[in-house]
Amino acid sequence: MGTFHDNMHELHGITVVVETTGPELFIGRCHDIDASGVILRDADVHREGDPESAGISRSEFLDHARRYGAWPKMKRHLIPADSVREIRRLGEI
Amino acid sequence: MPYSPMLVRPMREELAAAGFEELMTADQVNRLLDEKQGTTLVVVNSVCGCAAGMARPGARLAIQQTPRPDRLATVFAGQDMEATAQARARFGPIPPSSPSMALFKDGELVWFLPRHRIEGRDALAVAADLKAAFAAHCVPVAVAG
Repeated sequence: MGTFHDNMHELHGITVVVETTGPELFIGRCHDIDASGVILRDADVHREGDPESAGISRSEFLDHARRYGAWPKMKRHLIPADSVREIRRLGEI
Repeated sequence: MPYSPMLVRPMREELAAAGFEELMTADQVNRLLDEKQGTTLVVVNSVCGCAAGMARPGARLAIQQTPRPDRLATVFAGQDMEATAQARARFGPIPPSSPSMALFKDGELVWFLPRHRIEGRDALAVAADLKAAFAAHCVPVAVAG
């Protein structure tokens, strides 16, 4: 038993990894996907070359998330559709 | 804003009826997790049907056989804020997620199942993960005879 949201994208509620065309890799709970892009809840981001991401490589960031999940640093974040390269379920990585 | 207690009640009872102690305060969490002997499973319950709908039956299935933890407890994310925050503080550097499950042995966290490892799986698969953790960390109960 639980709450369901049948009007949302099939990935609604699923923790996903979003690869972008830029240096950013997002991990968060997919809220919805529509023409504007991917809306994530409780998301974290890794940016190549960004001081905020310094000291941790992209693969280390992804590996930690794969084992324990991602820190909810952004309550809600829209990734524009034209910058989305790939979406994968974190649980399948 | 927390969901209505009426909506949440069946989700609480699903675990409570299976023997999980509901922890609603930080003191209750500390009292349980300060126990330095034996094993304790803490389920972070959640309203979310995407994952919690499989987490609860998975937990119920897993505890039906031995080995199983000495103690079973649950906090409800988004409902029992203080208890959930305190439980997560005891999880160490693990990002918060719900539902999730944590197994403690002799006061130390030894295994954790985050939300994304529950999403999209059925109760049997969740139970299989739990049983594997129990087999690795819990002491089988001796059978008389």
